[in-house]
Amino acid sequence: MASAGGAAPFWRAAGMTYITYSNICANLVRNCLKEPFKAEAISREKVHFSLSKWVDGKPEKPTVRSEGADH
Amino acid sequence: MFRRATTLLRQPLMGATSRRFSTDLPAAPVEDSTFVEAWKKVSPNVEAPKTPLAYMKPRPATPTSLPSKLTVNFVLPYASELSAKEVDMVIVPATTGQMGVLPGHVATIAELKPGVLSVHEGNDVTKYFISSGFAFIHANSVADIIAVEAVPVDRIDVNLVQKGLQEFTQKLNSATTDLEKAEAQIGVDVHSALNSALTG
Repeated sequence: MASAGGAAPFWRAAGMTYITYSNICANLVRNCLKEPFKAEAISREKVHFSLSKWVDGKPEKPTVRSEGADH
Repeated sequence: MFRRATTLLRQPLMGATSRRFSTDLPAAPVEDSTFVEAWKKVSPNVEAPKTPLAYMKPRPATPTSLPSKLTVNFVLPYASELSAKEVDMVIVPATTGQMGVLPGHVATIAELKPGVLSVHEGNDVTKYFISSGFAFIHANSVADIIAVEAVPVDRIDVNLVQKGLQEFTQKLNSATTDLEKAEAQIGVDVHSALNSALTG
């Protein structure tokens, strides 16, 4: 493994974190699957959440996000 | 001037107890003995409640002789592919190359790159393509492999892989910022690994 404190992997040198790198790899693999498995994998990874910012102790109007891996 | 140096060096530094390596840890305890004793002193008639330690399965001890099988736990975020399966060997795609793990392997932590994980049990070989992850091999011949996405190799579509490889090679040539270059490079790496998994 890269020791001696230098020689970071190329994605780390470009400012990406390991989680981002790992998620990109996983998405690419999912996109290369055969048909029934690809649809299952993509639907498995969809997220749906509602986000609201709070200003002066009161919530603002929430934004609902329902996306897959392509955010 | 340094006549006493050797005697000073032979004594351990202040506070340093002789710490053993994790390779020779015994099996994990099933109950917290200090807690139980302290409880008995305070209320000897009531049985001590169980602590979280008592609910956990104890860590298997490091055997003194080489075990014959490797215990593999292969987990994904959404499923447990293999759970405490006894196998002969696994080959993991570490960033430093394909690493074969046999029972009695030295304790290792390996970061995995996109590649093929093969599990060998007798004459059967099961291959999975892993997107990335880690492999923890413990001294007691238990291997924990964690990955974000893992698929059996026959679920990969060769046309999509070829298309992806061409697309990302193009993106790599036309990339400008560091981040774009990194993303395109990741694409090229993953697709070439998928390609070699299909052909190899």
